[in-house]
Amino acid sequence: MTDIKTYLEIQPSSISENHYSPFAPSYLFSSANPPECGKRGRGGAWGRYFNIEFHLFIFISVISIFAFYPSSAFAHIKGGEVIGIISGLQHPISGLDHVLAMIAVGLWGAQLGAPAVWLLPVTFPMVMAFGGLLGLMGVNLPGIEIGIAVSAIFLGFAVFREARLKLGLAAVLVGFFAIFHGYAHGAELPPGGNGLLYSIGFVVMTGCLHATGIALGLVHQWSAGRAALRAAGACVSLAGVFFLWRALV
Amino acid sequence: MLVGFSLLCRPSLAAAHLVTSGMGPVYDGIGHLLLTPEDLVPVLALALYAGLRGAVTGRRAMFLLPLAWFVGGIAGSALNIVPAFPISAISFLVLGVLIAADLCMPATAVTALAIVLGLVHGFLNGAVMKDGTGTLGLVGIMTILFVLVTLASAFVVSLKRPWARVVVRVAGSWIAATGMLMFGWAMR
Repeated sequence: MTDIKTYLEIQPSSISENHYSPFAPSYLFSSANPPECGKRGRGGAWGRYFNIEFHLFIFISVISIFAFYPSSAFAHIKGGEVIGIISGLQHPISGLDHVLAMIAVGLWGAQLGAPAVWLLPVTFPMVMAFGGLLGLMGVNLPGIEIGIAVSAIFLGFAVFREARLKLGLAAVLVGFFAIFHGYAHGAELPPGGNGLLYSIGFVVMTGCLHATGIALGLVHQWSAGRAALRAAGACVSLAGVFFLWRALV
Repeated sequence: MLVGFSLLCRPSLAAAHLVTSGMGPVYDGIGHLLLTPEDLVPVLALALYAGLRGAVTGRRAMFLLPLAWFVGGIAGSALNIVPAFPISAISFLVLGVLIAADLCMPATAVTALAIVLGLVHGFLNGAVMKDGTGTLGLVGIMTILFVLVTLASAFVVSLKRPWARVVVRVAGSWIAATGMLMFGWAMR
């Protein structure tokens, strides 16, 4: 149990539990104040944010999304058009290379622990959207498929080796690969209807893939789980080699 | 007292249809905001950020944003100018980055941000709605703004666990990412 606490960095709450309803507007008229700017509360500069409840919440949310996702009750979908939020939700999972890389980001973040476990999912969508912006604008970026394949190789290898890079370096590397993924999505978009809803669906699904990786990283607390994660990382890396071969041929 | 209570219970005309009650445009305004992501998401984003900054900014936002929106709407319906650049994308991006980074802005600055957001988006709404629902529509928008900002900012203020603030920051990053993509769509 001590090992679990160390990994999860469980911290007792320093705020008294008054059990108010979370939706009560009375909170706006209470004396509750945010942490002072520059201070992150208990747990040092970055804080210790996660506990078992968070992981369970993420796991249940992700499973619920996939379990309740309707498969055939879409009455008015046309093919080949950006028709809004549904096509946006579908696009990130349309390619196995994207899916594996997104999940590997979550796995690696879970292995690195706090703050990487939440810093990577915070920065990745924004950098990926920047890549999407470049793709939508038609900026020429060569070697996209190669970059995506290399991202799968690198991230899978990082998970396999449980690579402990400095936080800044890890964020820069993940951000670099995120541009390739975002550019591919942006450049592949067919013309169509509501770009805003498409963008929302696209970003949300990418975030859900990261959350899936983080939830799967829950098994990192057990030795068998660590071995399973390393095996998964190796598989992702090998898949990346296959994607690279296909991109080069 | 019993007589007074009986008088209060006296039935009057049941003006069930909005056409006769004249309240239709109010609900149109409420529906307009709820069905327009370009307005709804920045409002929720501002409420989230105001909640992250504390109860004081949340209180100010819940009163000032609707008022600014109404004033902007009146100005927009009077001037009838529709800007060409994607204002909603800017709102998404700025608010999303503020939430994701959990930037410590003073309460005055957050209040000013709420007012500017209300004026700008209200102006756009006023220009669009002037031939339809008019001022009553803006009243409906004000109402739903007050409710949404109150609930969202109070919810964030009430969050106790540190990881809950992280979830809000992740939502902010998603909003910022969406804003960037909106820029791309606008330039395509």
